[in-house]
Amino acid sequence: MKLSDIENLEIQLLLEAVYCRYGYDFRNYARASIRRRIIQFMQLVGAGSISEMIPMLIHDEVFFGQMVKEFSITVTEMFRDPAMFLALRNKVIPVLKSYPYIKVWHAGCATGEEAYSLAILMEEENLGKRTTVFATDFNDSALEKAKEGIFPLENVKKYSQNYQNTGGKYSFSNYYQANYGAMVVKSTLKETLTFANHNLVTDQVFTEAHLILCRNVLIYFNKELQEKVMQLFDDSLVHGGFLCLGAKESLLYSKHHDRFREIDAKNKIYQKIS
Amino acid sequence: MLHNVYKAITIGGSAGSLDVLLDIVSHLPQEVNLPIIIICHLHPHDDGSMVEIFSRQTVLTVNEAADKEQVRPGHIYFPPANYHLLVEMDKTFSLSIDAKVNYSRPSIDVFFESAAVAWGPELIGILLTGANNDGAEGIRTIKQYGGLTIAQDLQEAAYPTMPGAAINTGHVDKVLTVAEINSFLHHLLNNTQSK
Repeated sequence: MKLSDIENLEIQLLLEAVYCRYGYDFRNYARASIRRRIIQFMQLVGAGSISEMIPMLIHDEVFFGQMVKEFSITVTEMFRDPAMFLALRNKVIPVLKSYPYIKVWHAGCATGEEAYSLAILMEEENLGKRTTVFATDFNDSALEKAKEGIFPLENVKKYSQNYQNTGGKYSFSNYYQANYGAMVVKSTLKETLTFANHNLVTDQVFTEAHLILCRNVLIYFNKELQEKVMQLFDDSLVHGGFLCLGAKESLLYSKHHDRFREIDAKNKIYQKIS
Repeated sequence: MLHNVYKAITIGGSAGSLDVLLDIVSHLPQEVNLPIIIICHLHPHDDGSMVEIFSRQTVLTVNEAADKEQVRPGHIYFPPANYHLLVEMDKTFSLSIDAKVNYSRPSIDVFFESAAVAWGPELIGILLTGANNDGAEGIRTIKQYGGLTIAQDLQEAAYPTMPGAAINTGHVDKVLTVAEINSFLHHLLNNTQSK
């Protein structure tokens, strides 16, 4: 057996153990990234091999908790890809305005920066009071941070610039208070947001939605899991509902392709047509 | 002399590497039957510009690598700006927005390590000029999985830090000037071609 095959076997067994013991299913994650995370965690805890960690994670829940934190992707920012938010403002919001009540599902919200960005957008379009943004993630510690709505102040300049590029109507400083080196988001934004635990891999439809945002999550999944999650989104969206993916994610090769029409190719915004 | 065992070439470059990469790509034969994946540190907003610049230098197809795309021989790939690029064992690309590695996204280490696992002894990894340490761990991993490793000659490199860090790992097989890299690739690719 080649070195890479042996290692892959170890990874497979480890992910199987995680699934059987704790119900978290990483088996269909894109393997190269998950390998990197496992190797990094292995070096962090000083384990000699991947398989050496299997009994540890089976018997020690704290150890597993540490590992699962390493496995979840929490890199995010406010108004990442401003052009996408601008496209939402110009092409999607006008349609959403026709609904008496708007449900947005932000799947894979991590620490919530993008969810708050959405809340700001809805408020500026006078939809704040009749919108609920359900922001979900499987990582509870990320969700706790998201609920707090307190972010490092060092990013504020970048966020402010991003915000202006989305066609922002006011000053970004309207939406937060600087407090001891942190930016604390305006509390009224939280009224639009509902944070909840949901696992895209193992859980079912979360809500009926008029708009689903799921950006830079699918790239971490293999093809099979991507299709499964696309089915979940298809089932969740109302007829005419919108789906927004990450800048380098596409419905083009998905078997769900025919069920959507492209609203904005560059910004990966699709509308369900069947 | 050269064995027809290689199935992929990956090249990493940072500061000072653009001219070197253009030189290497413009010297490639018109037909190449393996993929060449180039990881070059660039500005996060340079979307697509590398593909454009390099397309002018070669008749080979130059692409921005897409998520889940099958890696094809005869193609030159670049990662999209501000994403890490990885390759899976089934030779399809994956993207990630994980934190920067060695202050870089894309990171050379991230791609080299995944390529080492995917291609094992069938991989050639080349590390060019650069002002940081990215790529050194990747070179170590490529060697660990049996691949061939090459670093640019430190005398010649505009910024020797990066190839130097790789050489210091003790896992670099050949230290070559750009002219030597070109002639090495020329022999290798013609040799591979004739089979």
